[in-house]
Amino acid sequence: MAKKKIENATPVVDVLENLEQTLAETASVVNNTESTPMDEMATEMVSEPALTTVSLGDAEALGKGVMKERNIERVKKVQKVVKICVKILTYVFLVAIAISVLFPFYWMIISSLKSWSEYQQNPPTFFPHEILWSNYAQAFDTANLGTLFVNTVFVGIVSTILSLIITVLAAFAFARLEFRGKNALFAGLLATMMIPGELFTITNYGTVTQYLKWGGTYTALIVPFLVSVFYVYLLRQNFKQIPDELYYAAKVDGTSDLKYLWKVMIPLALPTIISITILKMMGSWNSYIWPRLVANDDAHKLITNGLRGATFYVYDANGTPLTDQVNYPVQMAAVAMVSFPLFLVFIFLRKYIMKGVSRSGLKG
Amino acid sequence: MVDSKKQWKAWLYLSPVIILTLVFTVYPIVNTLMMAFSNDYILAIGSRQGLFYKGFGIDNFKMVLGYQGFMTGLKNTLLLTVITVPISTFLALLIAVCLNSIKAFNRLLQTIYFLPYVTNTIAIGLVFSTMFSMVGVGLTTENPIITTSGIINNVIELFGGKAINWVNEGSSWSANMFVMVVYIVWNALPFKILILLGGLQSVNKQYYDAAKVDGTSRTRTFFRITVPMLSPMLAYVVITGFIGGFKEYSSIVGVFGDKMGPADNWYQMDTMVGFINRNIMDSNAHEGKASAAALILFAIIFAVTMLNMYVSKKKVHY
Repeated sequence: MAKKKIENATPVVDVLENLEQTLAETASVVNNTESTPMDEMATEMVSEPALTTVSLGDAEALGKGVMKERNIERVKKVQKVVKICVKILTYVFLVAIAISVLFPFYWMIISSLKSWSEYQQNPPTFFPHEILWSNYAQAFDTANLGTLFVNTVFVGIVSTILSLIITVLAAFAFARLEFRGKNALFAGLLATMMIPGELFTITNYGTVTQYLKWGGTYTALIVPFLVSVFYVYLLRQNFKQIPDELYYAAKVDGTSDLKYLWKVMIPLALPTIISITILKMMGSWNSYIWPRLVANDDAHKLITNGLRGATFYVYDANGTPLTDQVNYPVQMAAVAMVSFPLFLVFIFLRKYIMKGVSRSGLKG
Repeated sequence: MVDSKKQWKAWLYLSPVIILTLVFTVYPIVNTLMMAFSNDYILAIGSRQGLFYKGFGIDNFKMVLGYQGFMTGLKNTLLLTVITVPISTFLALLIAVCLNSIKAFNRLLQTIYFLPYVTNTIAIGLVFSTMFSMVGVGLTTENPIITTSGIINNVIELFGGKAINWVNEGSSWSANMFVMVVYIVWNALPFKILILLGGLQSVNKQYYDAAKVDGTSRTRTFFRITVPMLSPMLAYVVITGFIGGFKEYSSIVGVFGDKMGPADNWYQMDTMVGFINRNIMDSNAHEGKASAAALILFAIIFAVTMLNMYVSKKKVHY
C-alpha cells in the first residue's frame, strides 16, 4: 500500500518548479506568526510561475525576482537553523542514552574500588578518594572465582568444540548430501525451535540426574546443549551458497567428503563458524538455570551461579562478619571481574558478535 | 544421484544430532505432555520419570491455575512483557532513527549501545540492585537508620524528591516492578537497536529523496516511509521481545536473588519460568505442576506469536 503511494507521488516532471513551491510553502509555514505581506507576495509569485518567466524583461517583474531570491535565501537560512537545531537535539538525545547505557558500568567500576565506609558516604563520591584494589582480591577469594573461571572456561571450550563438530557435520549432510527423508527431518528439527527450553528442562533434569547419573559432573553441563538447531540452520544456509561445481570437481579428483568439508567448506564458511563459536562461549559464560540445577556443588559450579550464590560480608573490627549487610564494593569487584572477559571479547571480535547476533537474535 | 552409500554416510553425519535431539528434545516433549496430563497428587521425588501415574486428566492444570503463587508469576510475567516490549521497541526505534541520521561518532555510539548485550544478565542485575539499594538498619521499621540510600535515590533527592525503598526489605511490589522495567528495557535495547538500524540502512534512499522533493514533513516521512519500510524488522523485534518477556527469569534473579523478591517478601517478583524452575529443583518439587505450567507458557507464547504473525501479515509492508 504505502509503496504504491510513494511511487505514485514520485513521477514529478518539473522537479525545480516543485522545489520552489516547496520552499515557498515552508516559508509561509515558518513566517505564519509574523504574517508579513512578504510571504503573501511570495505565495502569489510561485502560484503563478508562468507569469514571472514570461514578463522577465519588465522592471517590476525583475524587482519581484530579486525579492523572490531574497525570500528563498531567508527560507534557506531558516531551514539551516532548523536543521542545526534538530542535529543538536539528536546528539543531546543520543548522548543522554549513551550515558544511561554506560552509567551502570561506570558505577560498577567506581564502587568496586571504594572502601566500605566511602561507599556509604552521602552524597556519594564519583571517584574514589582512596583506590582499594584489595576489594578485587577479597572478591576473588570469597566467591572462589578461580575455580569458577576454570570450570566455566573448561565447559565452554569443550562444549563449543563438540558442538561445532556436530553442527558442521549435520549442516554438511543437510546442505550437500541427498538422502531419503531429508526435508522432513530438517523441518522437524526446525519445528523444535518453537518450543520454549523450559519445557525440556523438566524432563532433562530427571534424565540427567536419575537415569544417566550425571548429577554434579561436567558431562551434565555439556551434553544436553550440544545440538543447536539454529546453528545447524545457519551453517546449512552458508554451505548451500558454495557452488555445487566445487564439490563435483573435488569428487572427480577423488577427494573424500571430509577432506572437502575441511579444505573447502569450512574455510569458506569461517565467519559464520567464528560467530557460532563466540556466541556459544558467551552462552556458557552466561548460562544460569541449567548449571544451577545439575551442578550446584562447589567443584563444578559455573561462574554465573557462583557469583549469584556468593555472599560478600562486611567485617567488623574483630573480623566477625555482619550478616545483615552486603559488602557492595567487594560484590561489585566480583561482578567487574566476571564482566571484563566479555568486554575484552567484544572489543576484539565486535564485528563477528554483532553479525552473529543480528542473525540469531538469541541472548546467550 | 541418491546412491545407498551416500545415504548411509548422511545418516552417519547426522547421527549425533539425531540421537541428542531424540534424548534431550523429543523424549522431553512426550514426557512433559505425559506428566502434565497425569493425575498425581503425591509425587515422591524417587518416582520421577515413571511413565503412567494415576490415570490421565487435567488435575495438574487445575492445581496450577488455582495456586496463588502461579497467578502472581503469571501476572508479573504478563505485566513486565506488556510494559517493557512497547517501551523498548519505541526507544530503540527512536535511537536507531537518530543514529541513522548522523555521521560523526556513529560507530562509537553504536558500540556503546551494544555493550549491554555482551554482559552477564545476572552480574549486571547485581549492579542494578546495588544502584537501587539502600544501606542501613531496620528498613522495615518506622525509623530506619539509613547510611546511604543508593545512587538512584541520591539523584532523586538532588531534584528534591524523597528516597524510595526500591529493592530492600519492605519495598513495595510497584517499586520492584519499576526497577525490573528499567533493567529489562536497558537489557533489551541493544538487540532491538541493532536489528532496526540494520533495517534502516537497507531502506532505499530514493524514497526519502522523493519525499523531500514533495516537501513531506519529517513526521510524515517517518510514519509513511520509515515505519512501513521497517515493519518486517519491527515485527521481528516485537515477536522476539514477547517471547523473551514471557521467559523472564534471570534478570529478576540478578536483581533479587533466586528467592525472586525482597528479603521479607519472597517470590513477590515471581515469574512463570520462576514457578517452573522452583517446581523442578525445590525439595517439594512437583514435575506434574512444572509440566502443566510449562505447557501453559508454551500455549501463551504460541498464541501471541501467531497473533503477532497474523497482525504483521496484514500490516507488515514487504
